[in-house]
Amino acid sequence: MVSTKDIKDSLLNIFATLSFTVVMITLLLIVGTTIIRGIKAINLDFFFALPNPPGQPGGGILNAIVGSLILVVISMSISIPVALAVAIYLYRSRNMGLKELIRVANGALGGTPSIVAGVFVYLMVVVPITGFSALAGALALSFLATPAMVSIFEEALKLVPHEILEAAVSLGVEDWKVLLFVIVREALPMILSGILIALGRIIGETAPLIFTAFGSPSLNLDPTQPTSALPLLIYNYAMSPWKDWQEKAWGAAFVLTILELLIYLLSRRISKR
Amino acid sequence: MRSKKIFDIITLFFSLSYLAIFLLFLFELAINSQLTWKMYGFQFIIGTRWDPNKNIFGALPFIYGTIVTSALSLALSFPIGIGTAIFLSEVIDQRISELLTEVIELIAGIPSVVIGLWGIFYLVPFVKNFLEPMLSCLSFIPLFSSQGVSGLSVMSAILVLSFMITPFIAVTTKSALDSVPEDLKEAMYSLGAHKYEVITYVSLPYIKKAIVSGTMLAFGRAFGETMAVTMVIGNMPTIALSLFSPGYTIPAVIANELTEAIAQLHISSLIFLALILEIMSITTIFVERLIIRKW
Repeated sequence: MVSTKDIKDSLLNIFATLSFTVVMITLLLIVGTTIIRGIKAINLDFFFALPNPPGQPGGGILNAIVGSLILVVISMSISIPVALAVAIYLYRSRNMGLKELIRVANGALGGTPSIVAGVFVYLMVVVPITGFSALAGALALSFLATPAMVSIFEEALKLVPHEILEAAVSLGVEDWKVLLFVIVREALPMILSGILIALGRIIGETAPLIFTAFGSPSLNLDPTQPTSALPLLIYNYAMSPWKDWQEKAWGAAFVLTILELLIYLLSRRISKR
Repeated sequence: MRSKKIFDIITLFFSLSYLAIFLLFLFELAINSQLTWKMYGFQFIIGTRWDPNKNIFGALPFIYGTIVTSALSLALSFPIGIGTAIFLSEVIDQRISELLTEVIELIAGIPSVVIGLWGIFYLVPFVKNFLEPMLSCLSFIPLFSSQGVSGLSVMSAILVLSFMITPFIAVTTKSALDSVPEDLKEAMYSLGAHKYEVITYVSLPYIKKAIVSGTMLAFGRAFGETMAVTMVIGNMPTIALSLFSPGYTIPAVIANELTEAIAQLHISSLIFLALILEIMSITTIFVERLIIRKW
């Protein structure tokens, strides 16, 4: 006999399965289209040539690839030391009031919409100092990467077993050396995976770059000059009227998606170990 | 001993600087929007006209667009996200579930500009050619009254936002569901409870904190999202009831106009909008903490 409870059970199963199917189908549609249309746009020139003038087919996206690389390297070399120092402070300090204050600020910074981070850097750096530049873009990305890293790093330090710490201290090793060479080393896998998570986030960020890095059709290695980046190029090309540029936007989207995939897989591998 | 002191001073210095940057951040947003505040005061927030050419600035169309798109996308994503989490955690085999969760987690990390790209080329035509005609039988309801010509609409924005936040809600809820102690569930089952009873009376109440915090975070992501929305919403500063008419959001107008704004009042109004967005974001986080502490 089928009771109402059995029916409710099956209804729940149907609802759950249906939800999952809807999510999977839409997501696979997006990824599938990006792969199919992206591969078509890719050839050797795509990676190693600069863009042709607007409307003229051919050329590549080297400017955006190099730009993204520069932005990510600069912003990471700012964010990692800052986040590590703040996390170590939160781990060691006994000043509860200040710690709470920093945690609240970190939470608020972490929730900041990426466009607002761009506005802040625009006001502080672009207008008074550098103009549109790769440096300003990297600072905006740092603003977004640091809060996430602070909380992951602090968590990583806290998870180091106390026995290891006590063993090192009992051997008479200096306090700060224990911290750097024992605790940070022990926490390294999680710290690395935190870095990769932040990297995955900022490499796809577009909004904060619009009025900081701004974009540029030429290859630029000088951090005080405007630069293109993969997400910026996707945005500009997607909104352009030229078919060839629109196809290149799909190519760049494919490259970005593959990068995200690699970063994700790497961070999974590290954190599992 | 001295090296220890230096080490402590360095970390303290970084921490204080970090705090100072946060305060500077709020201060800069506040000070640079002064002009608009002096000119309009509270009128700015309820003003319905935004016309930079005539130097008229009112924020309501953007505030309305931001809240409508994020709230409705959350309403759509919440049940589907929870359903997906239940599927992953309670319906299928553990090993397959691990793999599928990783796939969803990975896809949740796809940059919003890629989702926006897909939105322009596939979703917007779909909304125009299929969804709008299909829902035209409901057009007596103002929400569905037919308006659009291009498919660039509030509806398209709601859908792209849902694509972005549903995986997020699903993954956070799933990992919370996995943390429900087995013995609690076993106890229920041994009393003859059905699965839906275990889920609705034990599992979901047990993880309500995680659900609230995941949902609030998803809401924050939705109203702060810029690219995907800018690309599909049509960018028209109007307040229209119909979901098929174009709209505008706070992040979208900042992205579109800040680099081109020349008039001081225009720049200051855009920064005021950024301040409103930041206040919304901080309020969301604050409310989330408050709810979690109260329980």
